[in-house]
Amino acid sequence: MTPASLRIEDLTIRFGGHTAVDAVTCAFQAGELTVIVGPNGAGKTTCFNLISGQLRPSAGRIFKGDRDITGLSASARAKAGIGRAFQLTNLFPQLSVLENVRLAVQAQHGLGPVIFRRARSFGKLRDEAYSFLEATRLAGVAAQPVSALSHGDQRKLEIALLLALKPDIFMFDEPTAGMSVDEAPVILELIEEIRKDKAKTILLVEHKMDVVRSLADRIVVLHNGALVADGLPNEVIALPLVREIYLGMPEESAA
Amino acid sequence: MNQTTNEPQGQTRGGRTGRLIAYGLIGIIAICLFFAPLLFPDVRSQEVAARICIFIVLVASYDLLIGYTGIVSFAHTMFFGLGAYATAIALKQMGPGWDAVIIGGALGVGVSVLLAALVGLLSLRVKAIFFAMVTLAAASVMAVLASQFSDFTGGEDGIIYKVPKIFSPATKLLTDENGKVLTIFGVKANGKMAAYYFVFFGSLILYFLMLRIVASPLGTVLEAIRENEMRAEALGYKVVLYRTAIFCIAAAIAACAGILRAVWLKYTGPETTLSFAIMIDILLMVVIGGMGTMTGAIIGATVMSVAQFYLKDLMQLASEATAGIPLVPDLLDPDRWLLWLGLLFILLVYFFPAGIVGTLARKGHHP
Repeated sequence: MTPASLRIEDLTIRFGGHTAVDAVTCAFQAGELTVIVGPNGAGKTTCFNLISGQLRPSAGRIFKGDRDITGLSASARAKAGIGRAFQLTNLFPQLSVLENVRLAVQAQHGLGPVIFRRARSFGKLRDEAYSFLEATRLAGVAAQPVSALSHGDQRKLEIALLLALKPDIFMFDEPTAGMSVDEAPVILELIEEIRKDKAKTILLVEHKMDVVRSLADRIVVLHNGALVADGLPNEVIALPLVREIYLGMPEESAA
Repeated sequence: MNQTTNEPQGQTRGGRTGRLIAYGLIGIIAICLFFAPLLFPDVRSQEVAARICIFIVLVASYDLLIGYTGIVSFAHTMFFGLGAYATAIALKQMGPGWDAVIIGGALGVGVSVLLAALVGLLSLRVKAIFFAMVTLAAASVMAVLASQFSDFTGGEDGIIYKVPKIFSPATKLLTDENGKVLTIFGVKANGKMAAYYFVFFGSLILYFLMLRIVASPLGTVLEAIRENEMRAEALGYKVVLYRTAIFCIAAAIAACAGILRAVWLKYTGPETTLSFAIMIDILLMVVIGGMGTMTGAIIGATVMSVAQFYLKDLMQLASEATAGIPLVPDLLDPDRWLLWLGLLFILLVYFFPAGIVGTLARKGHHP
C-alpha cells in the first residue's frame, strides 16, 4: 500500500485543563476527499490549525508522506505543500485583490526576497494571479482593495489564494459559510475540479449536510476533540452514535 | 442630488485631485531643494535645506518599518548616530580625506546592520510592544556609551573635525576666466555648495533606492506582514526573516543619512544625531506626512523642519505687529513657539488624520 499523503498520530492539544483535540489518529490518501464533521467546539478548526502549523500540538506527530513535519513552522509547511483556506476571512484588507493573489503566487515561486526589481515587471506572476481570479470569478474586482469586497467575494478570494499556492493537500474550512445560494456552487465546482487530479488530497470541514453528501468520499466525525467515527459516507451517517451527537439535532434532521 | 448618485465616482476623482496636489507639493519642494544654494543662499536657509534632505531619508527609512511593515522601533536615531559617529571619528583620527569618509561610513553602516540583525533576530518574534521596549533600551545604551567614551566621542561636547577639502568654503568649485570663484546669480560656487550637493544627491540616491524597495515583490510582502502577519506566514513567508531584513535595510539607510549629516555639519554630538528629541521629530514627521507613503516623508520632513526653524521668526514679526493690543503680543512671544508648534500639529492631525499625503490620496488606489 502506498503511504498516506497525510497522517496524524495521537494528535493532542490542551489549552490549560481543556483538551481541544484528544489523541486523534487518522490517515488521508491522495485522490480522496475527506469531510470532517462535528458539532461546534468539536475541535475541527483546531485540528486544521495543528495540521497547517498555526498551533503546536501538546503531543502526537504529523507526517506528510514519510516526512515528519511536526516541528515545521507554518511557513515551512506551506512550502511543503500543505495549503489552507481559512474559515474566518483572513486576508490582507488594504491590498488589492490582485495583490493578494500575487502574494501567494510569488510565495509559490520563491520570489519574496527580490528587492531590486519592480513587482509590476513580473508579467508572468501577474498573468498567473489573474488566472486564479478568473477561476474564482473575481477578475472583475481585481483592482479593488479587499476591504471593499462583499463577504462572498472575500470567501472566493480565500479559495483563490489556496489555489495559487498549488498545494498537494488542500484544506477547506467551511468554504461556503455565509455565501449566498448562487455563490456557493462556484466554490463546489472548484473543489470538484481539484479532485479530478488524483494526486491531490482534500480535507474539508463542512456543516451543510447536502454539501457533505454530494462531495464526501469519506467522513470523519469529531466530538469533544476525539475521533468517534471514520468511514464511507453512508455508513457513518447511519451510525446511531453519529445521529445522536450530530445529525440527530432537530434542524439537521429537517434538512 | 447629483452628488449622491455620483458618489463613488466623485470619491475617486477626489482622490485623484488629492494625489495631484500632493505630487505638486512634492515637485515644488524638490525644485526648491535642488536650487536651494541659489534660491536661499543665506547660511540658515542652507542649514534648513540640508536638514530637510537628510530627514527625508531618515523619515522614509523609518516609514519602511512603521508604515510599511508595522514594526515600531525607537532605535532609529541609534543607527543614524552610528553612521554619523563612525564617520566623525574616522575624520578626526585619520584626517580630512575621502578615505576616512569611506572607511568610517562603511564601518558605521556595517555595525548598524549587525546590530539590527542581532536585535531583530532576538526580539522580532515577540509582541510589537516588547520589541519597541527593546529598541528603546538599545538606543538608551548607545546614547550613554557615546557620552561615556569621551576619549573617542567627545562625550556631551561631541566632536569637531575637518571634512574633505572639496567641501571647505575656500574651495573654488568653478572658476571664471580670472581664476576667481565663479558666481552664479550672486552665489559663489564654492565648497559649501559642493557639500550641499553631496547631501542632496546622496539623499536622492537613498530615496530612490527606497522607492525601488517599496515597489519590489519584497515591498508587497512587507505590506502583507503589516496587514495580516499570520496569513503571510500561512502563504509560506518567514515573517521573522522578512522583518529582520527590513530592519537591517532601514538601519543601513539611517546610517547612510548619518554619514551625510556628519559631513555636512563638520560636528557630531549627541544633540545632532543620538538624542531622543530627534526620534520624536522623526515620529512626528512620519505622522504629518502619512504612514505607509514614501512621498509623505518629503512633506512631513519639510513641513516640520520649516516650522521648527521659521516659526520663531514669524512669531517675532507677529508679536511686534500686534504690540498695541493687550495679551496678544504675549501669546505670540517667540518663546512660546513650542505651544504654537503643538497647536499646528494637533490641527494637522485633526484635518489630515492619515497624514497629509495619506489623506489627500485616501480614496484612490495606493501607489
